[in-house]
Parts: sequence; structure tokens; C-alpha cells
Amino acid sequence: MAAEAVIEVEGLAKSFGGRRAVEGLDLRVRRGEIFGFLGPNGSGKTTSIRMLCGLLTPDQGRGTCLGRDLLTDSRAIRREVGYMTQRFGWYEDLSVRENLEFVARMYEVRERQRIVDRTIEELGLTQRQHQLVGGLSGGWKQRLALAACLMHEPRLLLLDEPTAGVDPRARREFWDQIIRLAASGVTVLVSTHYMDEAERCTRLGYIAYGKMLAQGTGTELLERFGVNRLEDVFIEVMKGLKDLR
Amino acid sequence: MSLWSWARFLAIVRKELIQLKRDRLTFAMMIGVPLLQLTLFGYAINNDPKHLPTAVVDADRTEISRSLVAAVQNSGYFHVVWTGERLADADRLIARGQVQFLVHVPAGFTRALVRGEHPALLVEADASDPAASSNAVAAVMQLPKTALRDDLTGPLAASAPATEAFELRVHRRYNPEGTSAYNIVPGLMGVILTMTMIMMTALAVTRETERGTMENLLATPVRPLEVMLGKILPYVAIGNVQVGVILLAAAFLFEVPMVGSLPLLLLLTQAFILANLAVGITISTTARNQMQAMQMTLFFFLPSILLSGFMFPFRGMPVWAQTIGEVLPLTHFLRVVRGILLKGNGALDVWPHLWPLLVFIAAVLALGLTRFRRTLD
Repeated sequence: MAAEAVIEVEGLAKSFGGRRAVEGLDLRVRRGEIFGFLGPNGSGKTTSIRMLCGLLTPDQGRGTCLGRDLLTDSRAIRREVGYMTQRFGWYEDLSVRENLEFVARMYEVRERQRIVDRTIEELGLTQRQHQLVGGLSGGWKQRLALAACLMHEPRLLLLDEPTAGVDPRARREFWDQIIRLAASGVTVLVSTHYMDEAERCTRLGYIAYGKMLAQGTGTELLERFGVNRLEDVFIEVMKGLKDLR
Repeated sequence: MSLWSWARFLAIVRKELIQLKRDRLTFAMMIGVPLLQLTLFGYAINNDPKHLPTAVVDADRTEISRSLVAAVQNSGYFHVVWTGERLADADRLIARGQVQFLVHVPAGFTRALVRGEHPALLVEADASDPAASSNAVAAVMQLPKTALRDDLTGPLAASAPATEAFELRVHRRYNPEGTSAYNIVPGLMGVILTMTMIMMTALAVTRETERGTMENLLATPVRPLEVMLGKILPYVAIGNVQVGVILLAAAFLFEVPMVGSLPLLLLLTQAFILANLAVGITISTTARNQMQAMQMTLFFFLPSILLSGFMFPFRGMPVWAQTIGEVLPLTHFLRVVRGILLKGNGALDVWPHLWPLLVFIAAVLALGLTRFRRTLD
């Protein structure tokens, strides 16, 4: 039996000033899955993620996120989604603790103090909890951002290129945590450029020029395109797109 | 789902306060700017300039002409810096701006006076800056009546001006000595609050957009009203600190009379601060970056100081300009603050200026709330 769909959208479209950013996006992500969103820069990954978490209103299409309507119930969706932006999006002039406390208050997290303490401890930032975030390295900022979006225990994580510009060791630790979260039932939709990260996803979607070009598990995609590496799938997909255009 | 969360609102207030405390330069500016502007403008601006540089061409060279020149100088408005005989030289001085007035006593002035021919004394004023010369011109107009009172005696008594049919008494109420600071300092309170309050709030929100933190903030369940009011509240506090600084300076540095009720003034100041913060927030909903926010602030600030009666007499403007002026919060606040401090206005006297402020706040805040982007669209 198919697992419960956490994201189920059809024909999502979004334009900016007459330019189509996303066109006819169909997507179904099941509970506990790690869905990898792959595609070149400007392909529409960020726009798609922003539509899913209610930050952008789709021009067309419909669907649900966590069983709630994307168009009419976006506030309820925000409450249950953990969203992480490409660029560190919390306050660099606040300390680690101040940032976490602020986010916890935004989500009205119960037992705030305990949760913040636990998060700081798990992050391994107890010694640096009063340090301003602006002074942390990129890797630490990303870990902090992930920790911040986990405090309200979201059922769905939307991560927009979370490891861009982060060193390999920090990336590996980051992904170990994502896999642990997925195992505990959290659904993850993550956009990435790294093929080693794509390999760790349960299912993948290739997007370019705002269109979803191929979807499936890694093995399915390798078989369909008759190649040995996910990178080659990407190249084949792009080739096909050129032929189409 | 609750429409309002105190926890989220207070979290935003707290965050703003922490950020303000850390941004020492801005914080120092918010206290330093009022002090600097007060000292600078309070002491520098003078609506009644005296001892203006004057050139004298005395072609008559008699005791009477010397008396006239002395009388001109004694009015306090004129300071003779050049005396000569050639009108062309004096003309050049006024054209170059080296003197503001030219007093010309023509040859034969005394002889004509003695003959009762009613001679003319010519005073030329550089009216390219009318405000600078208007009071001096008014003072010099009194000269024919008084200047030669001691000289026109004996056989010349017939040339002395006749006594007037009635006496004119002018009472300059609320500021009998015409001290500019009494007008400028209370006015500066409004100007400083307008500038800092609008700019600081406009920047506070656009900074979030520019730094990318707005995206994360919007992705949380926070409501626009919580963000808006949470960002406004710390600046209300700062506005009040500024008011305190200005009032203290007004009282002890400039000795501005404080005739009316201070609590009433403080109460009405809250409405004025809110009006400006509402403008700032509304600007921030349109501006895409901090530079645009600054430009829009200036766009509002300039008409505020030029059309509110702070810089130029309100009643001197055409009706359409007065209508624009009546919409601006500063116009009403200037009347309130001058009314309470200098005239001792009570609550009933200031009500006609309070309700337009309240309408302004409601309208602008509603506009800001509607425009506040709940999404990134």
C-alpha cells in the first residue's frame, strides 16, 4: 500500500513579470521520503519550494501539503513545515541562543527553554551559545539554521540547497542528520547540485526551465536513461530538453 | 488559530531592542542627532537678522544727512560698512552681495528739506532674500517720523512731522521679543521626530528584506500586525527619549517658556510619533531596499518641513499648498507643540489638531497593513 502523501500538487505554475519560473509542476512526496530536487541554477527549484511552504502564491495549479490546501491554508502549513533557505536567513547580529529563542517564540514552542538548551547542546555550541552568529563559519550557520527549523518538530522539511558552500565534512554530518530525521518519519524535500547528495535521496526529480523533466528512484532513472551515474541522467535529461526545444 | 500572539509580538520587540543596542552607531545617532540639530539650528536660525551690512552714499554731507545715517544705524538693523560718494561703487557692492542695503542721501537733501520741498531719501534693499530684509525695511519706514526729531527745531520746526491722529499699539503676544528660538526649538521637536522615526522604521523592515531574514520570518506563523507593531514599539520608546532630550534642551539651554501642560504635550506627542512610525512602516512595504527607503523618507520629509509652517509661514502659502500641509502630521504637531508650550493651550484648544493626526494614523496604518507582504510575491 502506498504511504500517505505529504506533498501532492498538480500543475503548479508561477511567473514573475511575464517570465515563467515554474510550469505545470506535478509532485507527490510520501511520508518519510527524502525527495531530491535537482536542476541547474534558475531552473525553478527555489520557486517550487517557496510555493510549497506558502511563501509564494501559485498562479495556477492546486494541491495539498501535509493534507492542507496550498492556496487557502498556507498559514497552517507554515506552522508544520520547517523551511531552510539557501542563504543563512536568521540574524547575524544576534547570538546563537538569541536566534534560537526568537525562532522558538515565533513557533510558540512549548517548554521553550528546555528545547533551546537541548538544541544548543545537540549542536555542540554550548561554549559558543553567546557568540554572535555573524562570527560563525558557513558550516556552523547551516547547522544552526537546520536546528532552528527543527525546534517546532515539523513533519515536513523543505531545504533549499542547504549545503551550498559548506565543506565536505560538514555536508556529511548534515546529511547524516537528514537521514536520521527521515527514519523518524519526517519527510524531506531537498534541492541540491551535488550528485553524492542525490544518491542519498529516496526519490529524485529533475527540473529545468521550470518544468519537471523526470522523476523516480535513483535506480529507476539509471535504468530509464541507460546510464551508470546520476550525473549522466542529468546530462541526458538536459539533452532531451534541448531536442524538445 | 489565534489572530494575535503576545509571545510572537514580544519576541519581535525583544529582537529589535537587542539589535538596536548592538547597532551602536544608529543608537548614538538617534540621541546625538537631536542634540546636534538643536544646538545647530536653535542657535543658528534667526528670523529677525540685525546689523545687516549697509553702504551709505552721502552726497549731501551736512549735519542733517549725518543725523539721518546715524538714525539708520541706531535702528539696530543696519551696520554701515562702507561710506562713499559714488553711487556706482555702492551699486556694485549690493550686486556682489557684500552689502544688503544701500542708503543714498542725494545732494541738496538738507536744502530741499529746509525749503519744505519734501525730499526723498533712497534706501535700496537686496530683496533677492526677502525674509532677510523685511524687518529692516519695516524699521526704516519709521525713520521719517523719528530720525530728525532733535534736529527739526526752531525755524525748522515746520518741517517736523505732525503728531498722528491716533496711537497704534502692537502687542507681540507669546513671544514679545520675537526670539527665534521660541519658534524654532519646539518646531525642531517635530522635525527631528519626523526624520528619525520614519527613517528608522522604514530601514528596520527593508533591512530584513535586504538581508534575507524576511523570508525566514514570513515562513513562520507570524502575522503582519505582530511584525509591524513589534517593530514600531521600540521606536516609540526611542522617540520619547528624543522628546525628553529636546524638552530638556528647550527648557535649560534655550529657556523656551513652557506655559501649558507637559503631560498633555507628551500625550499628543505619542500620537505624532505613531503617525510617523506608520509612515515608516508603510514606506517599508513598498521599498525593496534600504536606499529606496531612504529616498522615500526624503520624499515625505521635504514637504513636511516646507509645507508645515516650520520653515515658511503657513498662511503665506496658496490654498492648494495649505491643503497638502493640512494632511501632514508635522503641520498639526507644530501647532500643538507651539500652542501648548508658548500659549498654554488646553485639551480643547488642541483637539482640532489631534483628530487629523488620529485619522492620519488609522489611514496610513491600514494602508501599510494591506500592503505588508505576507508572501514573497
